[in-house]
Amino acid sequence: MRLLKLVPDNTNFPFVSLRKWAFGLTTLLTLAAVALVFVRPLNFGVDFAGGLMIEEKFVTPPSIDKLRTAIDQLHYGEVNLQSLGNDGKTISIKLPLPQSTEKDATNKVVNAVQVTINKLYPDATFSKQDAVSGKVSGELIWKGILAVVLAVLGIGLFAIFRFEWQFGVSTVVAIMHDVLMTLGFFALTQFEFDLNIVAAVLTIIGYSINDKIVIDDRIRENMRRYRKMEMPEIVDLSVNETLPRTVMTSLTILLALFALLIFGGHVLRGFTAAMILGIFVGTYSSIYVSSSLLISLGLRAEPRADDTATANKKAERVAYKDMP
Amino acid sequence: MNDFPRWKVVSILVFLAALMALAIPSFLPEEQTKNWGPLSHTRINLGLDLAGGSYLLLEADVNELATSRIDTMRDQVADEMRRANPRIEIGDISTRDGKISFMVRDVTQVDAAREKLLPLTGSGVGFTGQRAWDISVVDGTRFVITPTKAGLDQAIKNAMSTATDVVRRRIDKLGTKEPTIVGQGANRIVVQVPGLKDSTELKEMLGKTAKLEFKMVDENPADNEQAGKGVLPLGTQLLRNADTGGAILVKRSAVLTGGDLVSAKQAFKQEDNSPIVDFTFNSQGGKKFARITQENIGKRFAVVLDGVVISAPTINTPILGGSGYIEGHFTVKSASDLAISLSSGALPVTLKVVEERSVGPGLGADSIRAGIQASVIAVILVIAFMLVTYGRFGLYANYAVVINVVVIMGVLAVIGGTLTLPGIAGFVLTIGTAVDANVLINERIREEQRRGRSVIQSIELGYKEASRTIFEANATHAISGVIMLLLGSGPVKGFAVVLLIGIATSVFTAVTFTRMLVVHWVRRTRPTHLNI
Repeated sequence: MRLLKLVPDNTNFPFVSLRKWAFGLTTLLTLAAVALVFVRPLNFGVDFAGGLMIEEKFVTPPSIDKLRTAIDQLHYGEVNLQSLGNDGKTISIKLPLPQSTEKDATNKVVNAVQVTINKLYPDATFSKQDAVSGKVSGELIWKGILAVVLAVLGIGLFAIFRFEWQFGVSTVVAIMHDVLMTLGFFALTQFEFDLNIVAAVLTIIGYSINDKIVIDDRIRENMRRYRKMEMPEIVDLSVNETLPRTVMTSLTILLALFALLIFGGHVLRGFTAAMILGIFVGTYSSIYVSSSLLISLGLRAEPRADDTATANKKAERVAYKDMP
Repeated sequence: MNDFPRWKVVSILVFLAALMALAIPSFLPEEQTKNWGPLSHTRINLGLDLAGGSYLLLEADVNELATSRIDTMRDQVADEMRRANPRIEIGDISTRDGKISFMVRDVTQVDAAREKLLPLTGSGVGFTGQRAWDISVVDGTRFVITPTKAGLDQAIKNAMSTATDVVRRRIDKLGTKEPTIVGQGANRIVVQVPGLKDSTELKEMLGKTAKLEFKMVDENPADNEQAGKGVLPLGTQLLRNADTGGAILVKRSAVLTGGDLVSAKQAFKQEDNSPIVDFTFNSQGGKKFARITQENIGKRFAVVLDGVVISAPTINTPILGGSGYIEGHFTVKSASDLAISLSSGALPVTLKVVEERSVGPGLGADSIRAGIQASVIAVILVIAFMLVTYGRFGLYANYAVVINVVVIMGVLAVIGGTLTLPGIAGFVLTIGTAVDANVLINERIREEQRRGRSVIQSIELGYKEASRTIFEANATHAISGVIMLLLGSGPVKGFAVVLLIGIATSVFTAVTFTRMLVVHWVRRTRPTHLNI
């Protein structure tokens, strides 16, 4: 049987020679992403903005304008309606939380909205309701930021501990790039940013680091094997050697993610969209941010003095499998 | 290559089969697994987003608790001074600025007053033995009692523990399946009720403190006249009377409280068939009730619920049986709700809903269907892709992927984990990353082949070199998983659990298990060339 080979054997793409251009472009894009978040703030879901979200399912797609007018007349504040899913049958209604200190004030709003909807569309059914007070949403934002920062730091420390400090720094920079680009994407598309997206960002971090460690690991291996080789060559060689794996893995994960995006229902849509973007961004940053940065950070192939003993042993081990 | 002796093969297979078997109960209806002993509880719980239901985050009003604690202490202090022998005359008692302050009129009684206060305010807190209240004397005769932080913290802790029990008892009476009620932080309670269709009733029930008090009505005309002028006589208070719509003057101290109740149920009044709440006191409360009704025939007492008088009947005959009823314009529903609240005890603090998430059963079912559909399609796509790329080695990886999915379910069932919608996404993603391990191995074998190594050497080196990379990659991936588990809430946590289990199991299935299959195949057929 003839097997599929997506990447031909022994590729030799000159990734590193493009790195100056790539640095410029990456910096520009990252700055643009940050600026975008300031210009067009993220579309926070009730998790982070606080407020009330009611999701209703209709038998036939309703008229959003009609619903908006009807709910506006209840005078509960600014109402935000959005159609979820492809069929237009699921509508999310966002309202601010009632200011009243009365205990069941939220209940009253929910009931009133439901009565209004059922007057227009008797077949509509309740599917979901989220109510988050300002205090809790503030905590959730803080916790989300903390989680991302801790994840980046933890992974950076791990990389420093297992590799050299340059790997730690380059990885952390690359991951920050991934996170900022994801935020920029959400600012651009105005997709709703909620708790699930934080999980997606953490998963992107996980995936991206996975990808970088694979290349870093190969760079380290090649540094020991070809002591005389210059860093740019080693990076090029390592990226090319791991290229078939990079392509295969990103493709399988993308296959799985597209299955989720198309068939997984509207609740997971934002999560999956973020993940798909993350795969591309993460793969790009492995080559053009973290690996390329290693060269700029002055990583060298020479073993340190105290490292000679182990290095010699390793050298013996790899000696017999030099390139044919 | 010869490192898979028979015992090792057998133990790997038994281990995997056992973990997979643990997933079985989750797929069978509950009635069928009832008699399976410990296995009967080994099933995956569905999160609220899949099963439908309500999640409520309740927060206790700590300031209110602090205020009421000071008020109670003030009443106790006044009481203690009055009962002292000889009586200690005090005046100018106030609770301003979160402190109790009062003046002892007779300088010679200051020491006696202090003696009385010490046991009342002392009670060491925890192991450190800190005082619950600080007592100081200023200007010779003025006592200032300040609550200490330790004392307040302890009071909050006690109140939250009682509140959690009360909430649990109230929810149990709703008759829903497996509610979860746990404290969170210093002053919060998380309530999760799966399968609940309407959260309104739940919230109404939890919103009531259900503090029932019996207080004597102050019918002294002089007192009422004074109160009418806006000056409350000492030891009285003006409460709203829900029965008549006006206000009513009652004695501040309660003669009996709901704490003395043993049961309450909704019933109908014999005379006019109106809904009422029947209650029974415990023996101590019953005796007290009997004494009070005997001593106060012809007078009125007020039934006060959460600070509002719901009825103020006149005592016609002594009530000796230790039971009675409350009436007050109830509907059957409101009477039975009140009965539930009363018999499950009063909440020591007011609880406010600060976060609510409710999912209707329809959306939950839709999400499960969509999630399963997506997972199945993802698995098929990945399997096909692996097969056309790596042939036999892809097939082995596919066995590993399928086994891994079932093993994750087994582990999830054993640890009593909850499957949420993001958890399903976690599954799909795990399938992707688990395959990555095999991709790394297979690509490495391809590479070693290209370098001209023998079949056996290529496989050996492929697994050896890739294992290190796989370990490092998974370790870092696990770091982000652990952080999600620790800091994430609800659905995110569900995602992290699946991700972490997947990382642990996939290393085993993707590396050890596939290696065993490969070694077995190589030994059997002794291939001279690898088609990979």
